[in-house]
Amino acid sequence: MAKPVLIAAAAALAHAPGLIALGSKPAREIARDPSVAARIHANLRGFDAAVGYAPNQAFIGSVHPRAMGPRPHFNRILDGGQRFGPDGEIMPETEFLGLMALADQFKLIRLSPQLAQSSAEALMRHPLHDFFDPGKLRSAIGDPQVEVSRGAIPLHVTDTGIAGSLAAGHHEDTNLMAHVLAENLACKASGALALAHLLKLHDLDPASIDYVIGCSEEAVGDRYQRGGGNLGKAIAEMAGCVEASGADVKNFCAAPVPAIVIAASLVAAGVFRRVAVVGGGSLPKLGMKFEGHLKNSMPILEDSLGAVAALIGEDDGRSPVIRLDAIGRHRVKSGSSAEAIMDALVTAPLDQIGLKITSIDDYATELHNPELTEPQGSGNVPERNYRMLAAMAVRQKLIAREEIGRFVADHGMPGFAPTQGHVASAFCYLAHARRGLTDGGADRIMMMAKGSLFLGMMTGQSDGMSFILERNRG
Amino acid sequence: MDPHTQQTILDAVQQHGKENLIVMLGTPSPEAAAIAAETVTTGDPTYAGPLAETRLGLTVYHILEEQVRAAIDPELYDQQVGLMADTLDGPAIAAAVAQARAALASE
Amino acid sequence: MFAGKKIIVIGERDGVASPAIAACLAATGCEVVLMATECFV
Repeated sequence: MAKPVLIAAAAALAHAPGLIALGSKPAREIARDPSVAARIHANLRGFDAAVGYAPNQAFIGSVHPRAMGPRPHFNRILDGGQRFGPDGEIMPETEFLGLMALADQFKLIRLSPQLAQSSAEALMRHPLHDFFDPGKLRSAIGDPQVEVSRGAIPLHVTDTGIAGSLAAGHHEDTNLMAHVLAENLACKASGALALAHLLKLHDLDPASIDYVIGCSEEAVGDRYQRGGGNLGKAIAEMAGCVEASGADVKNFCAAPVPAIVIAASLVAAGVFRRVAVVGGGSLPKLGMKFEGHLKNSMPILEDSLGAVAALIGEDDGRSPVIRLDAIGRHRVKSGSSAEAIMDALVTAPLDQIGLKITSIDDYATELHNPELTEPQGSGNVPERNYRMLAAMAVRQKLIAREEIGRFVADHGMPGFAPTQGHVASAFCYLAHARRGLTDGGADRIMMMAKGSLFLGMMTGQSDGMSFILERNRG
Repeated sequence: MDPHTQQTILDAVQQHGKENLIVMLGTPSPEAAAIAAETVTTGDPTYAGPLAETRLGLTVYHILEEQVRAAIDPELYDQQVGLMADTLDGPAIAAAVAQARAALASE
Repeated sequence: MFAGKKIIVIGERDGVASPAIAACLAATGCEVVLMATECFV
């Protein structure tokens, strides 16, 4: 059996404050009270503030999450923060709207001539311009104002009017309504951006990718197969992976972890040599907790789509190994108590290979940025996870109760991801993990994710999965 | 609290009456516990759902409160809740819920 | 304390989930009439 390794990982953010109004929560609140739109608009932050935001710099790999500095982050600019980082970039909205239009093969997005031109010019100068052929934006030029009067949704509104629009793909099919396609196109475009960065940063031939597994939150489909579609192959096409096929893995926020385990298994079994796993950003979650930010006089920080891409391949003697002999999984019989979940995801797989909780250097778990969740009363999600892990270690007599704080500091990290659950659930840490296990001092890193299956009302079950990345000893 | 959850609570009250009804919370923070407890006693303080300005006056507890723990088989409690009891700030959560009960009683 | 009572369980994914709370209450002589687990992340 071939040893599967994490060859590369990349991450991208699309700063899209103008799309917040299309987020699920803001859209509902605006429908209830149209004056909410102006309050949101007045509390957006500019691109420079988003670039200088320490958690965003951690997302693109410029700084380790443990080195982000003290909170609050939102009211200061991180020294030296640049748009491009070691793992990807933070893309401004004008360019991202162009990317969405390039992702749209059905001419549903219309851009004003000015927006199309400024977007195309910026994308021409982009290091990934070869991937996206910005010249094609000419065919996206139209009259968004007129489109909206005919029922399209506004995609971009400036002081002078509507500069971008998106029409429904079908007049009766609720799965192809404009706002649904906006979510899917934003996901496709941001996912393709992350995958293209991965290929470019690691000097990989797009044609060397055999398979692309999509693990985004969006369900693509039509009225006969609501979630039956596939973003994996759509993203493969957009990133020029002409030899690849693809499919999607769905599992709420946990999806990337099973997607990586499946990718690693395909490589281990010799079915494919190189499998990419890609998750695009979640438009419905933009501005999800905007009320908390407004209440606390903060800018609306959920203004960026997060996307991650990873490449799993055959052993190259250097890249971190994915330990397929120690996969944690939450079983149907496991139960939903916190201890049962942690046992299934952490203790059981470690036991399988004779390791303990303290044998893992870093745990990548739910790394939601607490500046997004705390103002709305949802607390610090990663800290809670790390305290739970530490409490497990106390119960197993591996550390003393007084050492909980130290365990959390040593084995955990502050959250830095947007509240797009799949991206936040360990996936955002992959590039950091790879660096830590090659150039850094880490030997073992556990990636774990949990999914709230009960939200879909087909079962009361939770789910979760974990895997261990280990330094490659050659 | 999610507006949909508020509606299902309202429906349950209509179906079962308030007399014998108890709400048991599992919220992770004192802030969230306070909001949830207020929602089912004096009304949704966030004005987000159907329980806004609705005084249900239900009896509310949190699973991490000492008096609740005392009423449950210790082994079972440890197995189902023990890890979260070790992780979360139980006393602060208990105080938040007790305050909501006291506010109701003083009206 | 709970004998003969009807219980509404409002658990939270990030706190104590409702099935775990319901399991605790099962032997106290009460009836769980509603179970919801909220998820805010």
